Amino acid sequence: MEAHAHTEEAPHVGGTTITFAKVWIVLLALTGGEVLLAYEQVPTMIMLTILVGLSIIKAALIIAYFMHLKFEKLSLFLTLFPMLIFCIVLMLIFLGDATRIPNMRPPV
Amino acid sequence: MSSQVTVAARPSVWDGGQSPYATNSKKFGMWLFIVSDSLTFSALLFAYTYSRVTNPDWPKPFDFTPAIIFSTIMTFCLLSSSLTMVMAVHSMNHGNRKATFGWILATMAGGAAFVVLHLSEWLKLINIEHVTAFDNPWGVPLFGGTFFALTGLHMTHVVLGLIYLSIIAQAVIRGKFKYEDVEVAGLYWHFVDLVWMFIFPLVYLMSAKVG
Repeated sequence: MEAHAHTEEAPHVGGTTITFAKVWIVLLALTGGEVLLAYEQVPTMIMLTILVGLSIIKAALIIAYFMHLKFEKLSLFLTLFPMLIFCIVLMLIFLGDATRIPNMRPPV
Repeated sequence: MSSQVTVAARPSVWDGGQSPYATNSKKFGMWLFIVSDSLTFSALLFAYTYSRVTNPDWPKPFDFTPAIIFSTIMTFCLLSSSLTMVMAVHSMNHGNRKATFGWILATMAGGAAFVVLHLSEWLKLINIEHVTAFDNPWGVPLFGGTFFALTGLHMTHVVLGLIYLSIIAQAVIRGKFKYEDVEVAGLYWHFVDLVWMFIFPLVYLMSAKVG
């Protein structure tokens, strides 16, 4: 009977409950670190660099463990992510223009 | 003659029936949606950042207490709802539909708490700080436009996720839907959480005001 209850579908390979709880704790700790940075009022560029870095680490943890990509075939990762990252990085081209605009303002 | 036999014995990928990603079509479809939606959110985040860099007098409207504390609690709600969603998928993986239903309800509670807190944050900005999508007291109208577009689109995703999860939950408890349907719903929910991991630091923490 017990075997019947589990025959709905064979369990898939993936992380364990302990692993998920550990990832959750790490994500909370990283968020706490980010809030601490905001409280300490770190200089803007240093803060931006650290915050983006921590966000990328958090995103990687969520994608790998919560979204299960770590346990998928490598071909799925290679199809989805390199071009996504490339397209996002391409958007950075515009930021150079953004730093130029404040210097073009006519003096008041 | 013998070479013909060898060719016929080896299955070709061009014959169809192969699964190059070893995944089902629903999950692959959701991954493609997530990739395209990531680009939408990336474009909005870049629009926000661009506007911010071009305006040296960009406002810092988020007091550490209570706005940043508030948004930190919102982050905690979303992160915790992601954990409960993982547990829902895990339970469904082991054929335990009752536990799956409970975990999905817990996920929805986290999502609902996030929406309520976010809406109260919005109402405070609109009613007390007098920020709208086109105007604000600091003379930087782009702040309202980019802020409400970005967080509004994210909140829409959370609300749609709640509707999606409610459909999945009632189907699961009635014995319908399979493991893969819960897993695909989980992918969507984790994506919503993932996007907030960028909005929270870039929009809220970078505009925090202490003292």
